[in-house]
Amino acid sequence: MTPFKRLIAWPVVAAAGFFPVPVSASYPWNFPAPVTPIARETLHVHDIFLEIIVTIFLLVLSVFLYSIFRHRKSRGYPAAKFTKPRTPLQWALISIPFLILTFIDYVILGVPAYHAVLALANTHNSRMVVRITGSQWKWQYAYPGLGIKYISRLSTPEDQIDNEDPKGPHFLRQVNHPLVLPVNEKIRLLVTSDDVLHSWWVPAFGVKQTAVPGFLRSTWVNIDKPGVYRGQCASLCGIGHAFMPIVVVAKSQAGFQRWVAKEQTAEAEQVAETSVTMTKAALLAHGQKVFQNNCSVCHQATGLGIPGTFPPIAAGHPFQAAPQMTQAIQKRGFYKNGVIVIGPVANHIRIVLHGIPGTPMPAFASQLSDVDIAAVITYERNSFGNHTGDVVQPEEVRNARQEH
Amino acid sequence: MSTGVLHTGHEVHPPSGWRRWLFTTNHKDIGILYLVFGFGMLLVGGSLAMLIRTELMRPTMAILSPEAYNQVITLHGLIMVFAAVMPITTGLANYLIPMMIGAPDMALPRLNNWGFWLLPAAAVTLVIPIVLKLIGIGNGAIDTGWTMYAPLSVQAGPGVDFAIFAIIMLGMSSLMSSINIIVTIFNLRTQGMTMMKMPIFVWSWLITAFLLIAVFPVFIGAVIMLFADRHLGTNFFNPAGGGDPILWQHLFWFFGHPEVYILFLPTAGILSHILATFSRKPMYGHRAQIYAYWAIGIMSVMVWAHHMFTSGLSVPVTLYFMYSTMAISVPVAVLFFCWIATMWRGSMTFETPMLFALGYIVLFGIGGLTGLALADAVADQQYHNSYFLVAHFHYALFGGPVMGIIAAAYYYLPKVTGYMYNERLGKWHFWLTVIGFNITFMPQFFLGIAGMPRRIPDYALQFASLNMMSSLGAFVLGSAQLLFVYNVIRTVRHAGAKATDRVWEGASGLEFTLSSPPPYHSFSVQPVVD
Ligand code: HEC
Ligand SMILES: [Cu+2]
Repeated sequence: MTPFKRLIAWPVVAAAGFFPVPVSASYPWNFPAPVTPIARETLHVHDIFLEIIVTIFLLVLSVFLYSIFRHRKSRGYPAAKFTKPRTPLQWALISIPFLILTFIDYVILGVPAYHAVLALANTHNSRMVVRITGSQWKWQYAYPGLGIKYISRLSTPEDQIDNEDPKGPHFLRQVNHPLVLPVNEKIRLLVTSDDVLHSWWVPAFGVKQTAVPGFLRSTWVNIDKPGVYRGQCASLCGIGHAFMPIVVVAKSQAGFQRWVAKEQTAEAEQVAETSVTMTKAALLAHGQKVFQNNCSVCHQATGLGIPGTFPPIAAGHPFQAAPQMTQAIQKRGFYKNGVIVIGPVANHIRIVLHGIPGTPMPAFASQLSDVDIAAVITYERNSFGNHTGDVVQPEEVRNARQEH
Repeated sequence: MSTGVLHTGHEVHPPSGWRRWLFTTNHKDIGILYLVFGFGMLLVGGSLAMLIRTELMRPTMAILSPEAYNQVITLHGLIMVFAAVMPITTGLANYLIPMMIGAPDMALPRLNNWGFWLLPAAAVTLVIPIVLKLIGIGNGAIDTGWTMYAPLSVQAGPGVDFAIFAIIMLGMSSLMSSINIIVTIFNLRTQGMTMMKMPIFVWSWLITAFLLIAVFPVFIGAVIMLFADRHLGTNFFNPAGGGDPILWQHLFWFFGHPEVYILFLPTAGILSHILATFSRKPMYGHRAQIYAYWAIGIMSVMVWAHHMFTSGLSVPVTLYFMYSTMAISVPVAVLFFCWIATMWRGSMTFETPMLFALGYIVLFGIGGLTGLALADAVADQQYHNSYFLVAHFHYALFGGPVMGIIAAAYYYLPKVTGYMYNERLGKWHFWLTVIGFNITFMPQFFLGIAGMPRRIPDYALQFASLNMMSSLGAFVLGSAQLLFVYNVIRTVRHAGAKATDRVWEGASGLEFTLSSPPPYHSFSVQPVVD
């Protein structure tokens, strides 16, 4: 930390110390230690900036304060009358601060900024690509070359958020399945979104990339230290915006290879499962987990939804919403005479696979496996007081996928 | 300047009761309406800020659900920008410009009346969804953030439609008042009042009015496109239909960046008057300030995409917006130079308006300098959408415009009411505001660089102590404003000493040649300026 930073930082931190609230060990008031070339560059630029702007500020402030203390009526100071520079010398003197400012803008700051912009944009020469897709409210990570793909979402228990349990050290910054990357390798990140804008931000990497639906944006990292790095979504994306953290685990090359091998077997096992017929009990048990993780943010853990926006899943419940919405739901067979009913299985599978375009109901085809989808539909049709007795097998979901 | 109070003798008296205010075409009445409305909404927006800081005091979901939180932050932003600060500066323009240029009224008085009465209608439209929600209809007000980024604003609930209609009304209102101000300035200046002799506040508003006419129609167009995407099946912002969500950002910020200067410029103008008055010295660099306004006005429409450095701009575009943004620092520095040179070797006293003006210079200075840091496209990867940004624009918008309008309120209150406000209370108000403000927003710079994003109702534990500090500061800042309300009410009820016509020893300008309070119709006979 530069002396300048210390100068402004310590009163703030000292004052903060007076307020006894739970704090984790990491510094709450500075950049996390940078671990990529871009983050190091950013921190460097930030330090120069801080030194310059604090210097300018203090210089101008001292002139300002001098004037306030010297040129006051109470000390009998007579007012001058000047309104502009008169002599060429005065003009020359006055232009000095502006020349200095221009020099600071375009040379001291402008030149490093130029190189940094080019460096950040240079995504060439990367041997590895990871595709990051934001969706409400989770991140999907895919390694195209390696056949690995999974979803990463908040794993802080509900009870900690609701203050029923004490909060853990990584409250709101922990996930079920972190992104794993190797160190010392230039990795290209392709960022996009499934629904609204999100923004993938890990401060220790100096990377913040908006995820724009329909477009691929690319950026890169080259991490030089193994470790766990945390960040979160930085673009308002609806009610779950505060709850879509990012955790990256950087491993040595060997560690990364071991992780890849393990993931690949797990994926293979999942594919094998799809052709197996599952018991109702197994589907229900798995379905509950899938529902909690993917659906309850909107349809609620109780299955009762939120009036006006998210329809209930429980049959027999009234649902008040704009007529365009209820009419559409009725057409799909999930609504009759003001209450929710359970619609046809085929529609149910189609809705979960492909979402409902133009509404917040997402398409889960690329996020959930056939087993997941079969399980969650079975669960929905036999829980929350629903008793259809229907059992949907992974096979059916796979066939439904093929229809399109 | 040679002029006194010039009446025609047969004063026309205003009708009494509500008719006076509803039908008025008198610039002073309309000015007062704008000011009362604007300061009222400032309190509403401030109360929303108190809700936000209460929610953020500890890392837990305290008083607001995430749905409610998003509505509160969105309304806080929209109300502060469109329903508080803009109406207040427009109110000052209506009240002061005719008196400053020696005109009997605004050039288009009836348009002036319409322009004002659209505002309460717009404010009601903006917040009515909350009332509807309370009685079980719909899902509340707009919750997309004041920037209304697509596609979130395309898929969000009907609160967005209400906001769209409110924005169209607010835009019409602003356009009407801008046209009125330009016509008044060009046609109704009194004899001898050349453009270059015009008071600097009038100049600042002239540039502001041109800016509004240049950019507000673009924003109105953008919200109509958004409405069409939501209801008429167009795909301007929908990638699946060939549109682009980033188009919204370009349109929004083409308006949104100049908007910052629309809020800033009029208060910069007032600031120059106040500094000259309490330094008992003529304003330094009148002409330089006019040129700086022009430069700021023109540059402000050419830098918008610096709000989008993380959205994925190409390298040349990034470089252009980075360097053009840095260029604005020069004309802004000219203003700072002129302000300090106006104080330099003056004979200063420190009444409340002067205190707020000095506070303005320091706080806005911090906002401006941190803005320079944000201009760096790569460092912006870290600052953007973090609390660093929140701190920056509160230093720029509270430290500048809000401090400026409070200074203006104290400065002109005696002129408007004919009575002095309570100086002791005013000083308390100032110190509590400045101290509370810094305790609120200084920690937010550090929260931002440590990694806390904006617009979240709950956060990781490492941010806890600075958030607690920020919230406590906000409560000091919020309660300090009650002193202001009390002081104004007291003065309006004539509790203080009588004000002289000139009010302040160092004051100059045509408005100070009129009585305090000024007659209902002033300058029915043209004064002459030489
Ligand atoms: C981002 C919020 C969101 C999530 C997450 C979500 N849904 Fe939905 N869902 C909706 C909305 C909104 C609708 C109603 C759309 C409309 O018709 O306007 C809906 C409709 C449905 C419907 C049709 C029923 C009806 O009333 O029309 C089913 C079935 C459904 N969702 C199942 C699921 C399942 C299963 C999951 C989890 C795998 C899930 N949803 C996750 C928002 C969501
Ligand atoms: Cu997000």
